[in-house]
Amino acid sequence: MGAAKMKDKLIYALFWLSGLIIVAILLSIVGYVLIKGFSVISLDFLLQSPRKAGAEGGIFTTVIGTLYLTLLALLMAVPIGTGAAIYLQEYASDQSRFARMVNLTAETLAGIPSIIFGLFGFVFLVILLNLGWSILSGGITLAIMILPTITRTAQEAILTVPVEYRENSLALGASKWQTTQKVILPFALPGIITGVILSIGRAIGETAALILTAGSSLGMPLSVFDPTRTMSVHLYLLAMEGISLERAFGTAFLVIVLIVIINFLANLSMRRFSQAMH
Amino acid sequence: MERIYKIQSQNLDVFYRDFQALHAINMDIEQNKVTALIGPSGCGKSTFLRSLNRLNELIAGTSIKGQVYLDQQPIYTKELDVVALRKKVGMVFQKPSVFPMSIYDNIAYGPRIHGIRQKHQIDNIVERSLRAANLWEEVNNRLNSPASRLSGGQQQRLVIARVLAVDPEVILMDEPASALDPISTSRLEELIAKLKNKYTIVIVTHNMQQAARVSDYTGFFLNGELIEFNQTDELFVNPRDKRTEDYITGRFG
Ligand SMILES: Nc1ncnc2c1ncn2[C@@H]1O[C@H](COP(=O)(O)OP(=O)(O)OP(=O)(O)O)[C@@H](O)[C@H]1O
Ligand SMILES: [Mg+2]
Repeated sequence: MGAAKMKDKLIYALFWLSGLIIVAILLSIVGYVLIKGFSVISLDFLLQSPRKAGAEGGIFTTVIGTLYLTLLALLMAVPIGTGAAIYLQEYASDQSRFARMVNLTAETLAGIPSIIFGLFGFVFLVILLNLGWSILSGGITLAIMILPTITRTAQEAILTVPVEYRENSLALGASKWQTTQKVILPFALPGIITGVILSIGRAIGETAALILTAGSSLGMPLSVFDPTRTMSVHLYLLAMEGISLERAFGTAFLVIVLIVIINFLANLSMRRFSQAMH
Repeated sequence: MERIYKIQSQNLDVFYRDFQALHAINMDIEQNKVTALIGPSGCGKSTFLRSLNRLNELIAGTSIKGQVYLDQQPIYTKELDVVALRKKVGMVFQKPSVFPMSIYDNIAYGPRIHGIRQKHQIDNIVERSLRAANLWEEVNNRLNSPASRLSGGQQQRLVIARVLAVDPEVILMDEPASALDPISTSRLEELIAKLKNKYTIVIVTHNMQQAARVSDYTGFFLNGELIEFNQTDELFVNPRDKRTEDYITGRFG
């Protein structure tokens, strides 16, 4: 009896330790970034445009560029990805060749390194279609990159909708589309949003593919045809070109803050939503 | 008085891929009566019920031979509007499955889908349906709270109210009392007795006493065949087939 209990305790301690390691890693990274970047963080740093390649001024244009690009990518990828997921889960039969092809494609796309998308975007969008380094080129590239994640998570979310909901809705005389719209999507929404959050994280963190497609201009982007620089690209260049490590850390800190805010908002809306349902 | 048949199935075969679940079912279901379907597990009761509102076709690989008539019109035709059929032939499933929305929205779901937009009209339907399902008194002060917080018996009545809200002509019930306690069950049986004035009801039940209590007609299924179909009094007192007798007297596997 004593030995079994000891073993239980030991295992418990190991799991607890795993938890601790995760928290410790996160805290030390965020803490380190915060300490290193703290001296440059101020409202001015956030709200002023960069000067002298970012050595002076703030990072405002890169914040705008980041939001602009991410939003554009989501605007394209969320409807297409969710649409594909709905098609695969609700409309296509399991044997359908096309459905299997879509599935396989999404899976393969998910495994392709982002720089390949960047290269494609550079050659096809920037040069061939003559879109230049622009928010449009970058946004399309990002959209392609996050499409598999959004499709997959939406598929999984739709899969969790109990089949009884479908049957009950259809038995009440609802069409397939009404059922999808009024029962399936609302129920799957939290899962779909999870995929969107993951994608936002990926989009915000992307660098190389964006340098190839959106460029690295520090000017204020006004339209989707303007080039821009995202915060992650900015911090990469600040560090890489030895402009200012401090400012790179300051930018890194704000990237973390941005992601935390987005996570928080998404969680909040999700909780609201599921409280309204259950 | 002449009998009016609401639903008639004619030589109905149902297959799940190459497994034949129903064999040449012929049954005439009388209007404004309760018809009970009994038989051991797996004999095809649910399959039969689900073929009356074409719900079987949601399962990949099902196919059908024969025909089912609703008001003398065939339902297995290309031209038939399945949505209209299912609006007329409502279904209460074995497991009450309320949508993850408020009580009100659950009831309003059907009417809204069928194009009713005006709030006061929907309010009326919600109240009328909940009253008809004997649930109004218990929930009228919390219509906006989530339906999932209701008890099992209340959820079952909510599901019935949701079906009533689309104003069907036929109500199919698949073991509606299987998850209910004796009190809820007897309330449900009272409800069925009340509803048959307006609707034609087909109910699957494993409970012989229940079939005897609530139904006018009873059909006994075995291995995908309809062994005997008769007025309930007759079938329970004077079963013609030995297998029916064995089943209703409990001498069956
Ligand atoms: N989706 C399906 N795919 C394949 N076979 C099925 C399917 N649904 C039912 N069957 C088979 O068809 C036969 C009839 O099933 P059905 O559900 O109609 O029986 P039942 O009389 O309703 O049983 P119970 O009283 O247990 O609910 C069974 O042998 C069952 O295994
Ligand atoms: Mg059944």
